[in-house]
Amino acid sequence: MDLVPLLAGFLAAAVRVATPLLFAATGETLGERAGVINLGIEGGMLGGALAAAMGSLAGGPWVGVVAAALAGAVIAAVFAVVAVGAGADQIITGTAITLGAFGLTGALYRQRFGAEGAGLSIPTFDPVRIPGLESIPLLGPALFAQPALTYLALGFVPVLWWVLFRTRWGLALRAVGEAPAAARAAGVRVRTVRVLATVIGGALAGLGGASLVLAQVGTFAEKMTAGRGFVAIAIVVLGRWHPVGVLIAAVVFGAATALQFVFQAMGLAVPYQVFLMLPYALTLLALAGVVGRVEAPASLGRALDGDS
Amino acid sequence: MTPILQLRGIHKHFGPVHALKGVDFSLSAGQLHALLGENGAGKSTLMHIAFGLVRPDRGEVFVDGAARVMRGPLDARRHGIGMVHQHFTSVPAFSVAENVALAAGWTLTGKALRRRVAALGERLGLALDPDAPAWSLPVALKQRLEIVKALATDVRVLLLDEPTAVLAPAEAVELLRVIQHFTERGGAAVLITHKLDEALDASDELTVLRRGRVTFVGPTQGQDVRTIAQHMIGGVLPSEDGPSKARPGEARVLAHGMDVARDGRAGTAVRGAAFDVRAGEIVGIAAIEGSGQRELLRAVAGLLPPLQGLLEVAQPVGFIPEDRTTEGLIPEFSLTENLVLGLDRRTAWIQGRLMPRIDWRVARRRVAHVIEDFAIDSPGVSAVAGTLSGGNQQKLVVARALERRPQVLVAENPTRGLDIRAAADVRSRLRAAADAGAAVLMHSSDLDEVLAVADRVLVLCEGVLTEAPRGADRGAVGELMLRVPAR
Amino acid sequence: MSAATVAAALLTGLGVLAIGLWVGGYDPGLALAALWRGAFGSWYAFTSATLLRAVPLIVIGLGFAFALQAGALNIGAEGQFYAGAIAATWVGLHLAHWPAPLAIGAALLAATAGGAVWMVLPVWLKLRFGVIEVISTLLLNFVAESLVSLMVQGPMQEATGIFPQSDALPAAVRLPLIPGSRLHVGIVLAIGLSLLVWFIMSKTVWGFRLRAIGAGPRAAWVTGRINGRRVLAIALLVSGAFAGVAGGLEVTGVSYALYQHLSPGYGFTAIAVALLARLHPAGVVAAGILFGALEAGAGAMQRDAGIPSVAVYVVEAVVIVVIVLADAHLRRAPRQAAEPTPIPVGARAPA
Repeated sequence: MDLVPLLAGFLAAAVRVATPLLFAATGETLGERAGVINLGIEGGMLGGALAAAMGSLAGGPWVGVVAAALAGAVIAAVFAVVAVGAGADQIITGTAITLGAFGLTGALYRQRFGAEGAGLSIPTFDPVRIPGLESIPLLGPALFAQPALTYLALGFVPVLWWVLFRTRWGLALRAVGEAPAAARAAGVRVRTVRVLATVIGGALAGLGGASLVLAQVGTFAEKMTAGRGFVAIAIVVLGRWHPVGVLIAAVVFGAATALQFVFQAMGLAVPYQVFLMLPYALTLLALAGVVGRVEAPASLGRALDGDS
Repeated sequence: MTPILQLRGIHKHFGPVHALKGVDFSLSAGQLHALLGENGAGKSTLMHIAFGLVRPDRGEVFVDGAARVMRGPLDARRHGIGMVHQHFTSVPAFSVAENVALAAGWTLTGKALRRRVAALGERLGLALDPDAPAWSLPVALKQRLEIVKALATDVRVLLLDEPTAVLAPAEAVELLRVIQHFTERGGAAVLITHKLDEALDASDELTVLRRGRVTFVGPTQGQDVRTIAQHMIGGVLPSEDGPSKARPGEARVLAHGMDVARDGRAGTAVRGAAFDVRAGEIVGIAAIEGSGQRELLRAVAGLLPPLQGLLEVAQPVGFIPEDRTTEGLIPEFSLTENLVLGLDRRTAWIQGRLMPRIDWRVARRRVAHVIEDFAIDSPGVSAVAGTLSGGNQQKLVVARALERRPQVLVAENPTRGLDIRAAADVRSRLRAAADAGAAVLMHSSDLDEVLAVADRVLVLCEGVLTEAPRGADRGAVGELMLRVPAR
Repeated sequence: MSAATVAAALLTGLGVLAIGLWVGGYDPGLALAALWRGAFGSWYAFTSATLLRAVPLIVIGLGFAFALQAGALNIGAEGQFYAGAIAATWVGLHLAHWPAPLAIGAALLAATAGGAVWMVLPVWLKLRFGVIEVISTLLLNFVAESLVSLMVQGPMQEATGIFPQSDALPAAVRLPLIPGSRLHVGIVLAIGLSLLVWFIMSKTVWGFRLRAIGAGPRAAWVTGRINGRRVLAIALLVSGAFAGVAGGLEVTGVSYALYQHLSPGYGFTAIAVALLARLHPAGVVAAGILFGALEAGAGAMQRDAGIPSVAVYVVEAVVIVVIVLADAHLRRAPRQAAEPTPIPVGARAPA
């Protein structure tokens, strides 16, 4: 067995698996920096996945991408109205939104495609090979022969960094997440900032769902996100609320998942369920090492007071 | 001359509370205008309206004679108004530079921002390290940051809401000098304060508010503390007993070489403390915020074990924590539940040993007595504590601490946020407890209150404890608060 | 919080469902009629469909409410349910020769332990490292699902090795049924547990301390000298144990074997149950029956009107949202009556 192609394949798979997580975690980073923890991004991803499938069937993959972003934004807007606008408990609201998205996508899917629905053939993205760079040993396939959505996800990382740390809007957003009262005293519209951050974050979660359908699996299934939205929230913590950290954490999670391909290729007889469990277990262990040493945005998860 | 800032006929409701009832206020260039009144009189609300944080229900705001609608602090800044709030409004995790940029609405980042903030501090004579995170600053520098933020843009009107409350006397004097310097150069300032002496010393003009109405406006010259206080409370100040004449008894708290860790963070808050508190006396601790008084009191209350050294405290201890709504009470619990929360397990209403049960009927009867004894104004024993007024909540907290018939009573800012009468009531309860033989240890961030209540004063500065000489005056104690004693 | 809020939440939920069905081209009248028939149409439907589904919802809901009273959110009941189911099945398969009451007791005890054990890691992570239980319990759901899959295709697979399920449980560990129905006696246990929780919460010092930690953790420590960490740990473990018992009841009373996807999302539905009940134990029983009816009716709706049964999740979501909205409104109401909210001190809050 040749090690180099195996490793190159592993890295390419890691990046591919990481893409939906990276979208969702980037979006969640934006929201959490503004003080909003949105467990509804699992639902947003799921909604995005179904919207991507239906959009792509109707008008090709790019229509699917736009539909997914819209679906994610709408689902996050519902969350934002309840949890930010009215100040309801963020965790419980997020759980409810995800539950509702399970129901809604499931019902829509069965109504549209029947109870079976298997064998949907959805127009998907082909890898965009970047001539020259693609043939770099090891890293070439991982970084330069991916579907367009992966490049998009990677592109959002520096954009988010720039917005957060180099713009006035980012300064205001981080102030809202750390000390809403102080932000308000400085004239920041605290509620508006939180709503906007949440909705944009939701659109990114929707894109995560789209990349799952259009660039990874190629079909839709009920509950197909399988907790990736929740994992994305863990990834935000692991990435210490920093875009670059989040990128690294997402790729590490992708690598943990992609390990199964290596093991299969090496012919090791380990039950596949172990690989399904591994990423979640690793995430839990990693959380133990990270949490407590970094501080979350100080107002994360707290409702705003009174009329701020 | 047209006033630089004028508010006319201002009304504001908060739910059923009519906070401002047709208030007029006028400020001219070059003026330092003191705004006085009890807690809840409407001072802060009035200034929040001028700064665009609160919208009036009725009434108008004029800047340079032109009516303006302030939609928010950014509007106010555009019209040249800056504000220093009662509580710090800096983002703790942000650097000094980031905090200034946020308040001023600057887009600058990185090195350019740091340079500009450093230059601003130098120009104002209020130097700060632009890179220091706000949480790491000592109180006086935090307050300095607030002022730099307020003056970062081109400000002609400066609104200051109790800016000296957390400062030691010498720091307060320095701050007032900065403000006077600002008004001498043509700026105008409003100073909210509850220190009447300070207002009389520093200001040119006085406005007094009581329950949302103006009860006095006029030049400061010729006014005195007594008449101003009458305008504030609409009657004569309640007279209070001074320090006790009784001779203190045996020591109920004894500490020697005691170190206490910082609460919730690494480090040592109190170093080598040696003191005692005797039966029948009130010992007051004077200190500026963050000097270790919180940890010292909590060590005596049994909440923070000392790192080392000796600490002997007679039991039981009654503790009145500073923040009644998060530490003293559970606002969603009934009065009865709140009383049960703070009392020993060996009380009449606890039954059974393996799985102890609470007999709520017995507990309720006891609470009814307490409500009567302490004249707590409440709808009944099952009323939710959060619905009580601040004064009555504090009465409940004090009542509960005294219900344990404590040998030692520890009180942390026991009158914070109360009006003058409620505060006087709490102080007289402390005195009564001492007279009944308890050893009372208290701290107030208001130095005058410490001096008024305490039989002996201990001063904490950066965790080091010294005893103020008997009869030391405000200035002498204030000096000790800022100077770390040689060890 | 009044009965009106609860009714409003339910009606809004059903209203949203009706509108959704109408938009989707179904006949809402027909659908809701099918839902009613499936849930309450006959004694058999009520006992064997509605109450049967209510049992796990009540038991898990009690546990969720128990933890939430202490301020902890156990969103991982699904995982603890599976842990309980695995434990009960494993023990049950070895007890064919035990007398029935003992065997059942042992299996349910194993389920209790299984659920609690599944909570040990989240508790440790929370107390030792400050990892919020929301994330850890959620992630463990997925681990548990894979674990069940591993079990029924590996060590616990049925004897022929064809189907992804365990062997059927021996008669000794099967719960007795209520005559004339498929309802097992677990319903009695569920109601008994609700009484027990009610007693602990409202009558005992321990329950009082737990509620104090949930309602005001700082005050509970400073004023009540209550060890919040210990209370929190116990509350979470108990919560996990309840979900574990529910898993045990499901295999000993309904499925008689371990399957994948044994739970149709009971762990999440139970959150709606507990919230609708305002965390009150008696209310949990009522709300559990109500949601049991909804799930039972959804099955009938799918059979009779061709409507995807998953649509009931939307109803549950709407119910939760209406309740938390009402809560948020209540929280804000007294504040508006009081003084204007002061701007809190900018000092860094202790973690």
